[in-house]
Amino acid sequence: MSPIISIRGLTKAYASGQVALRGVDLEIRRGEIFALLGPNGAGKTTLIGIVCGIVNPSSGTVLADGHDIVRDYRAARSRIGLVPQELCVEAFETVQDTVRFSRGLFGKPANPALIERLLRDLTLWDKRASPIKDLSGGMKRRVMIAKALAHEPQILFLDEPTAGVDVELRQDMWALVRALREGGVTVILTTHYIEEAEEMADRIGVIHRGELILVEDKDTLMRQLGTKQLSLQLRQPLEHIPAALRDDPLELSADGQTLTFTFDARAQDTGIAELLRRLHDHGIDFRELRSSESSLEDIFVNLVRARA
Amino acid sequence: MNLYAIRAIYRFEMARTFRTLLQSIASPVISTSLYFVVFGAAIGSRMGQIDGVPYGAFIIPGLIMLSLLNESISNASFAIYMPKWTGTIYELLSAPVNYCEILIGYVGAAATKSVVLGLLILLTARFFVDYRVEHPLVMLFFLVLTAVSFSLFGFIIGIWADNFEKLQIIPLMIVTPLTFLGGSFYSISMLPPVWQTVSLFNPVVYLVNGFRWSFFGTADVDVRVCLVMMLGFLALCIAVVWWVFRTGYRLKT
Ligand SMILES: Nc1ncnc2c1ncn2[C@@H]1O[C@H](COP(=O)(O)OP(=O)(O)OP(=O)(O)O)[C@@H](O)[C@H]1O
Ligand SMILES: [Mg+2]
Repeated sequence: MSPIISIRGLTKAYASGQVALRGVDLEIRRGEIFALLGPNGAGKTTLIGIVCGIVNPSSGTVLADGHDIVRDYRAARSRIGLVPQELCVEAFETVQDTVRFSRGLFGKPANPALIERLLRDLTLWDKRASPIKDLSGGMKRRVMIAKALAHEPQILFLDEPTAGVDVELRQDMWALVRALREGGVTVILTTHYIEEAEEMADRIGVIHRGELILVEDKDTLMRQLGTKQLSLQLRQPLEHIPAALRDDPLELSADGQTLTFTFDARAQDTGIAELLRRLHDHGIDFRELRSSESSLEDIFVNLVRARA
Repeated sequence: MNLYAIRAIYRFEMARTFRTLLQSIASPVISTSLYFVVFGAAIGSRMGQIDGVPYGAFIIPGLIMLSLLNESISNASFAIYMPKWTGTIYELLSAPVNYCEILIGYVGAAATKSVVLGLLILLTARFFVDYRVEHPLVMLFFLVLTAVSFSLFGFIIGIWADNFEKLQIIPLMIVTPLTFLGGSFYSISMLPPVWQTVSLFNPVVYLVNGFRWSFFGTADVDVRVCLVMMLGFLALCIAVVWWVFRTGYRLKT
């Protein structure tokens, strides 16, 4: 199946000279939930802004469902909904009016039944006649989601949907995103939180200083994340790993002082007990034992180092 | 053409007017009424006729133009400036609309308000002075043309402005002086010859006189010249807007 979004060689230098994107290539699969992860200023919002038509790219092309976002902007944009990072809504308009406005703006005929369903799903129906300024922050965010969904987009961008949102609303948001995916909507969200990406996403992309440094299936990534290492400080240095232990995931440091064992922390049987017993059988004695976990942070740092 | 979008923008803007009905319609009507009381009734009774028109009636076209200009500019500039300021412009920029549709929505709504306002002032004037409109269709045409041109002008100001001061400065420093010196309250033939010549460089003179001709059949400047000048101003505004949109000036980063 062709990708729903395909980004090629995208760069962006702002008028201030700030380079926000340095050649991003990315394909988003139809119907997936894609999490874009990265620190402040990495270029997440800029990337989304370009795809949605708010920011002019410096170079590169973007196709949304096969339509070029510049040449064929009508077809491209009518497929995309955006919930921006900043909370910005019309203060004096009512909830219902602003959602209707969004639908019209995106070129769709009025559909009161759809809007009612949307507002009910987002538990805004009771507030439909209230001016937006009277709503709480979390409700305002939901209004923005309703606006983004009013024209039934196939692609939804959520720029930090859970920033500054309480636990309950966060759960609601996740449920909503899943429901959207069930309905065939492709969701691209940005976040600072690895747990959020882990909870939600099918695939994860990591962006750092305007470069996409990693795109990976979540499961693959989580397997890497789930690995732990056990290092043993030996009493007597070893010259090599005994033949009987060669097939184990063991590594010997150059000075022969440290033996490192890699295991899956999520597995039922980590194999540690077995290893220790066999080490004992071979007369390998250790004075200290430490375990460490590879976090996204580690992967991230390694990636950045590898590029430097 | 994304007609649904044009309608959505137009309705949104008109709803804003109704939410602020007092400010949008009542206040210009009240302030114009005050002009009629002061200039028409109090001072006008001591003034002679100008070109055979009683002073109270003579100032009507100029007063309408005064409000029309101010309201068109402030409505349209505010309409596009506010979304930029609050950030809600993201939606407009991400929507499948072209600039022409955005323009029709915003300028159409601003011009509609101005025309309604102009007609309301005309009705209000009835309570203070007696007047006739010799060429009602021409009058209506000038009313609409001016409302559209200056709404367009206001739209440009709204896009150009990146703070509230800039939003106010052109209406305050340029448009208001030009309207007061544009012959709203006098005939430029009453001025010394030098100032008559200077006045001919003031575009508002042509607006007021064209409009006045539609009321009384007489004016300081030939009505055809007035028409050409107005169309020229409209063309200029369209050219500027076209350039703004082509370059994404101050809308997109
Ligand atoms: N309008 C702008 N003008 C100039 N520079 C900008 C503009 N918007 C963003 N930048 C710069 O571009 C870079 C990327 O910003 P961007 O907003 O895309 O980051 P982000 O990943 O969304 O960060 P955050 O997690 O803080 O939202 C930053 O260095 C930022 O300062
Ligand atoms: Mg951001």
